[in-house]
Amino acid sequence: MHADAFDRYHHGHSPLHSLDPRVKVIVTIAFILSNALLPDGAWIAFLLAWLFIIFATGVSGLGAGFTFKRSFIAFPFALAAITVLFSIPGNPVTSFHFLMWDLTITDAGLLRFVSIVIRSWLSVQMAILLVAVTEFPKVIHALTHLRVPAIITVIISFLYRYLFVLTDEVMRMLRARQSRSAAAEGVRSGGSVAWRAQTAGHMAGQLFLRSYERSDRIYNAMLSRGYKGELMTIHPHHFHRSDLVTGGLSILALVLMQIAGRS
Amino acid sequence: MAEIQNSSVVKVNDLHFSYPDGHVALRSVSFNLCPGDKVALVGPNGAGKSTLMLHLNGILGGKGDIEVGGIRLTRDNLPVIRAMVGLVFQNPDDQLFSPTVFEDVAFGPLHMGLPEAEVIDRVGKALEAVRMSAYRDRLSHHLSVGEKKRIAIATVLSMDPKILILDEPSAGLDPRARRTLINLLRELPITMLISTHDMAMVKELFPRTIVMDDGRIVADAKTRDILEDEQLLKEHGLEKP
Repeated sequence: MHADAFDRYHHGHSPLHSLDPRVKVIVTIAFILSNALLPDGAWIAFLLAWLFIIFATGVSGLGAGFTFKRSFIAFPFALAAITVLFSIPGNPVTSFHFLMWDLTITDAGLLRFVSIVIRSWLSVQMAILLVAVTEFPKVIHALTHLRVPAIITVIISFLYRYLFVLTDEVMRMLRARQSRSAAAEGVRSGGSVAWRAQTAGHMAGQLFLRSYERSDRIYNAMLSRGYKGELMTIHPHHFHRSDLVTGGLSILALVLMQIAGRS
Repeated sequence: MAEIQNSSVVKVNDLHFSYPDGHVALRSVSFNLCPGDKVALVGPNGAGKSTLMLHLNGILGGKGDIEVGGIRLTRDNLPVIRAMVGLVFQNPDDQLFSPTVFEDVAFGPLHMGLPEAEVIDRVGKALEAVRMSAYRDRLSHHLSVGEKKRIAIATVLSMDPKILILDEPSAGLDPRARRTLINLLRELPITMLISTHDMAMVKELFPRTIVMDDGRIVADAKTRDILEDEQLLKEHGLEKP
């Protein structure tokens, strides 16, 4: 039984797959930062950023619609920005009554909202592309190389390693519950909602206890192999000329987007 | 560590241990392991086998004397002791805590402070020894249980230990994976102490057997003799294969 639901890596041999992970991480972060810095309504720059993604996805060999299809996951989060529709002063576009409030959407608010949605939509696509063409441990290595504090990279790498183990554990518990969720003939089974909630609560508690005990065993395994409180890693990466060129060109493209967005 | 060539690799004398909840796990345990010994540690669940193993590299600290490679185990020399004792836990998901196989096998040597080139060299040799060289860059969570077990052994072989201690290595393996593991253990030229319920493996692999029950060593003899002693086997819940 394997829970691979979180693995977003798609194996391939494209130039994007073989690009140095550090370059990929830097360009992704720079891209997201650049999006965030673009002024509201910088349509040309948004368009350029989108073309950048389409181009990169094309190079990755994953199919042009790859990131687009997966990008809608970001929309619920973008909705958190919905209040800007009403809260930015400007010319009213439309008003309506909602529950006990009279709400007015302004043109400036609308512009800001649409821009925020586009920005997050573009940024999410880039992040999706990054983890699709880079094995996750390499993303962590890249972060280490980029001087992200060890405590953060270590937490991420343990999280990544044990997410799968924990999911398997949860699946086993759910199956065990299902297997015993039987019904006697002619009797309504399942019990009350409160009783079911209690069962779920016990399962969550059980999972916590098991994880807690597992953490103890993992720590022992680390101690047995000489862990003294400081985690050491080794990631030989070779920086090629092509990495430098790709990174440089990408940053240049981002600068052009900024210029286009501000002119 | 060539200067500490001693007659025994591990020497345990009068070891006692109780868990914080008062449960007595070890009662006056004493034994010796000589270089090249391949010893099985058998006994019912709760006999104290795992507790004993956790003492041999100082994870648990009971009362009594433990010597590894001629050095008396104290709080100060734990790092040296841990480099000599390769302890492999029962559940490979606890043993393999890094995202990739390479990082896991490199963990021990890196924490011993070895230079990078030597670390990479040792990782290569350890993976070679367990016949898993092709798995170097694989992700640990994609491996089968048998593969994980072999990688788990590589994670301590890379530290070049004087003794290999395995906790129930054949548990949960299918016959083929179990056979691969047995062949691997037979070929490894290293002192080992292996806790197991797999009496067929004990018979096949280990010339000497230590029987534990209720925190005590109740027998320490040639495997052949122990397997013939039906009274002893019955008393301690063991079966002749």
